[in-house]
Amino acid sequence: MSNFWTTFKGNKGAVVGLVILAIVLLASIFAPMLYTTSPWDMVNMPFMAPGVDSSVPLGTDTLGRDIAAGLAHGAYISLLVGFVSTIVSLCIGIPLGAAAGYFGGWVDDVLMRITEFFQVIPSFAFAIVLVAIFEPSITSMIVAIAVVSWPPVARLLRGEVMSLKHREFIEAAELSGQSGFTIITRQILPNTISPVIVLASMMVATAILTESALSFMGLGDPNVMSWGYIIGAGRTVLQQAWWISFFPGVAILLTVLAFNLIGEGLNDALNPRLAKRRG
Amino acid sequence: MLSTTAMRRAAIAAACSFAATASFAQETPVKGGRLDLVVQPEPTSLMIGITTNGPSLLVGGSIYEGLLRYDENLEPMPSLAKSWEISEDGLTYTFHLQEGVTFSDGEPFTSKDVVFTMKDFLMETKSKWRAIMEPVADVTATDDYTVVVTMKEPFGPFIRSLSYNVAPMVPAHIYEGTEFATNPANDKPIGTGPYVLAEWKRGSYIELDANPTYWREGLPYLDDVVYHVVPDAASRATAFETRVVSVLPGGSVENFDIPRLAAEEGVCTTEKGWEYNAPLSWMWINNRTAPMDNKKFRQAIMYAMNREMMLKVLWNGYGKVATGPITSTIPFYDAVEPTYEYNPDKAKELLKEIGYDGKALRLLPLPYGETWQRWAEVVKQNLKAVGIPVEIESTDVAGWNQKTSQWDYDLAFTYLYENGDPAIGVARNYITSQIALGNPFNNVEGYSNPKVDELFAKAATAPSDEERQAAYTEVQKILQEDVPVAWLTELSFPTLYDCSVQGLVSTANGIGNSLGETWIKK
Repeated sequence: MSNFWTTFKGNKGAVVGLVILAIVLLASIFAPMLYTTSPWDMVNMPFMAPGVDSSVPLGTDTLGRDIAAGLAHGAYISLLVGFVSTIVSLCIGIPLGAAAGYFGGWVDDVLMRITEFFQVIPSFAFAIVLVAIFEPSITSMIVAIAVVSWPPVARLLRGEVMSLKHREFIEAAELSGQSGFTIITRQILPNTISPVIVLASMMVATAILTESALSFMGLGDPNVMSWGYIIGAGRTVLQQAWWISFFPGVAILLTVLAFNLIGEGLNDALNPRLAKRRG
Repeated sequence: MLSTTAMRRAAIAAACSFAATASFAQETPVKGGRLDLVVQPEPTSLMIGITTNGPSLLVGGSIYEGLLRYDENLEPMPSLAKSWEISEDGLTYTFHLQEGVTFSDGEPFTSKDVVFTMKDFLMETKSKWRAIMEPVADVTATDDYTVVVTMKEPFGPFIRSLSYNVAPMVPAHIYEGTEFATNPANDKPIGTGPYVLAEWKRGSYIELDANPTYWREGLPYLDDVVYHVVPDAASRATAFETRVVSVLPGGSVENFDIPRLAAEEGVCTTEKGWEYNAPLSWMWINNRTAPMDNKKFRQAIMYAMNREMMLKVLWNGYGKVATGPITSTIPFYDAVEPTYEYNPDKAKELLKEIGYDGKALRLLPLPYGETWQRWAEVVKQNLKAVGIPVEIESTDVAGWNQKTSQWDYDLAFTYLYENGDPAIGVARNYITSQIALGNPFNNVEGYSNPKVDELFAKAATAPSDEERQAAYTEVQKILQEDVPVAWLTELSFPTLYDCSVQGLVSTANGIGNSLGETWIKK
């Protein structure tokens, strides 16, 4: 473990990412305490530029809503959608990939054809269709993002499992009479955890981007203040009020960057040999 | 930043005062020139006796004419009818037609065309016209230039139903005995209006030329009128800024772009020209289910909404807070009590009184873009402030139509045209006989009050204006007390134009009906 930390700390980018993520996390935890009123409340003049009034440091939007309050409350939504949809897609991708890789044969064929079916549809277009079919809401967005983002997990798992399957400790487990299910869960999965964690951190970033893009297009939950929504609402007044779209844009950029940097750091830390070779 | 805002305000004020002085100085119109304007979206057809959506009427109104035109108080003015008499008992209307009028194919326009249009053509093509003809016994031509309309019972609104958009006069010699909807002349419209269709390049522009044989002496002033098709709102604003077009008809650009464009030098604005349509916005309240079936709950919704603020912030102050079911610009409006000012405390009191349990309401926004979505968000915050939780539902146009016409909503935004007379545009939203599934424009809220039904019926057929007014005043009082729907604002869609354009809006129907008198100052 200490070895892991030393390697992770060695990657400066990863540390920066971790700091940014910590700030976003704190914002999402303390937003209800910092901004006790709803981010939808009109608190000041509409179109107030940043820095003019100290009570609204980042300015107000077209209706006089506080951008800073929107950012703080939006942080929670972005992280929620990012994490939950990633967990859901892991829950779909891991079992499918593991089963395909371990059992091979027709099971592999069937599962991989299904995976390919999902893979050939452009994922964002597919997500739009899914959200439009169900009514746009946080749940439908999470489901949609999960449904479009599990195939890479399944493929990764399948590959990992196939390479582990013929290792001696697995053969030993088979000879000792363990069932296929036990072998997968007890012997194989723990050994695939590191590439999955790296992939998952990237998936969180992609999920946050997808959520923002959906909200930007007006397909978000209309009752939830999210970063993508603020950008979408400010897009048409870009000429008059750049700040409405700018600050949430920066927030998304930094958060997504943070997850990518962390992913990079994890990759180095969990695959020390790889890191050394690169370093 | 504050000082820039102040400067912008000053510039708007200057632009407005410039507009005022320009209209005071009566100059002699000059002939010639070309007017470029925007039409949004592209019309599907220009034959406005068949196709009646906004863009078609905007262009088609320069090609076809009605018997009458209406000034901003909706008083009738001569058009194809040069004069008219209404008998004492309100049962006989006599119209004297202009002489020497020809259609653009050279055939003369006579009483034969009027009778054909009223009795045959529009009866087949327009359901609205069939409703107007309900109380009409017969339409006859006594000579080439006189038409007599006789009524089964007095029907005051008839005199306000003869505008170009309700009853455009079509040529009998082209349409008589043919299939109206498929007549090839629909693609080459033939009317009596000041302009004729020169070229229609689909997806790009519609060009009209001056009608050389137009019956009004010396008109039109312009040589050509070109309607540009520009699909994106931001591009339309840019087209105006660069003067590719010099007129932006109401609704062409987003509301928040209007102050910016209006502040530019040499740009004039007018809110005139919507008096006939008089669009009124409101929220349907589903009167069928609890807690909305309680009048006090509906009143609480009215008190909870800060409609002054909505008008200022969402519509940049264009329009007016609505007092009740009838728009203040159409006849028989009366400023009666009760009206609902912003009073959240009163709303809370009313909710407490009826023991409202905090059940959440669904709110369906109108899917017509930015402003309407923001509007729903404001209403949600206003209602939440008095303790009514609201969930906004996402929808598209089809979903909105479906949900409102199937009564599957709690609160739903809408706006409707009042068409010049409460009997035509208002009664349909409140009388019991208009409660019918499948139509999003009738009595969607499900309000039913025999007294209201009776008063609307009486008002429509009362022989004198005094009696009509009395009935409408009474009905406005009852409705404003009962709050069947939550009235929001009287909408206004300001027209932006280059100040060199003169006489752009001269009737209650706006640009669609006025271009014959428009000219460009050199």
